[in-house]
Amino acid sequence: MDKLTRNLAIGLVLLIIIAPIGLIASGTAYGEWASDELNDKIGYVPQGFEELSDLWHAPMQDYNIPNGPSFENSKLVASAGYILSAVIGVIIVGSLLYFIGNKVAKE
Amino acid sequence: MHIPDGYLGPHIYIAFWIIMIPIWYYAGQKLTTELRSKQVPLLALSAAFSFVIMMFNIPVPGGSSGHAVGAGIIAIIIGPWAAIIAISVTLVLQAMIFGDGGITAIATNCFNMGVVVPFVAYYAYKFISGNSAITSSARIIAAAIAGWLSLTLAALCAGFELGIQPILEHTAEGVPLYMPYPLSVTVPAMVLEHALAFSILEAVITAIIFAYIQRTDTSVFYGEKSKVEMNKIKWEVIA
Repeated sequence: MDKLTRNLAIGLVLLIIIAPIGLIASGTAYGEWASDELNDKIGYVPQGFEELSDLWHAPMQDYNIPNGPSFENSKLVASAGYILSAVIGVIIVGSLLYFIGNKVAKE
Repeated sequence: MHIPDGYLGPHIYIAFWIIMIPIWYYAGQKLTTELRSKQVPLLALSAAFSFVIMMFNIPVPGGSSGHAVGAGIIAIIIGPWAAIIAISVTLVLQAMIFGDGGITAIATNCFNMGVVVPFVAYYAYKFISGNSAITSSARIIAAAIAGWLSLTLAALCAGFELGIQPILEHTAEGVPLYMPYPLSVTVPAMVLEHALAFSILEAVITAIIFAYIQRTDTSVFYGEKSKVEMNKIKWEVIA
């Protein structure tokens, strides 16, 4: 591994460690409200929304530990779940692209 | 900017699957013909970096929040076509494992963050940089503007896709079936919070990483030749 790649990888590890900073923003992003939040805003849940929004149940919804205590309960648990999510995400996308890249790369 | 399931009706989300399938195919072809083994670690790091940077949510007044994408600097380093692959893989994983962005909306989200951001950023950076030397500090400004512009235009696209819903998808009585807010609300909301907050973060990230690589090894940038290759060309010309 050359020096540049190594230093960028070190930077990435540091970002993972401080990732829980991202939990400070507790508000939902625009247009990403859950069913109850949408209901609070407009007074009803649109019919198509109701049918589609429940389509998929992600194992680590909102970067939380599966079946773990939810993030309102403990900032520490939320932070641990967030770092774990970042580690899992980085390992999966990193190794997937490393594998694909090595298969197709020249020289 | 990860649009969840339920906000887009089939007109828009199917249209974006139709748009994205040939783009993914072509991006895969480009990756196969262009990628050098030296770039493989950077490709993997790019996707990982984008995954993590999108977790840094920052709050904005009014209770909303958002994040940078990192796809602009990725496009400047590994090229816009490779960036499509890196960001798309990241977005698929975010949707499937972490519930960030919908399954039906994967193609739409990949278009906004995985196509609009890298392409706008790469060509804005190229255009503003012009013929300046690769080591020129003006290029840091170019990268920052490219980062800001690319995420802001992606937000405009997302605002449009959301705001067109009440026109395309409603009951016989005119009640919206998906996103209930019209274009006049969604476009300013998405564009303003990005232009004034998240895109500024994108600009800062783009500039910092650009400046670091510029000082370390400019041959890493997409389309830039390394010193060894330049010497080879020089010798070929002389010979």
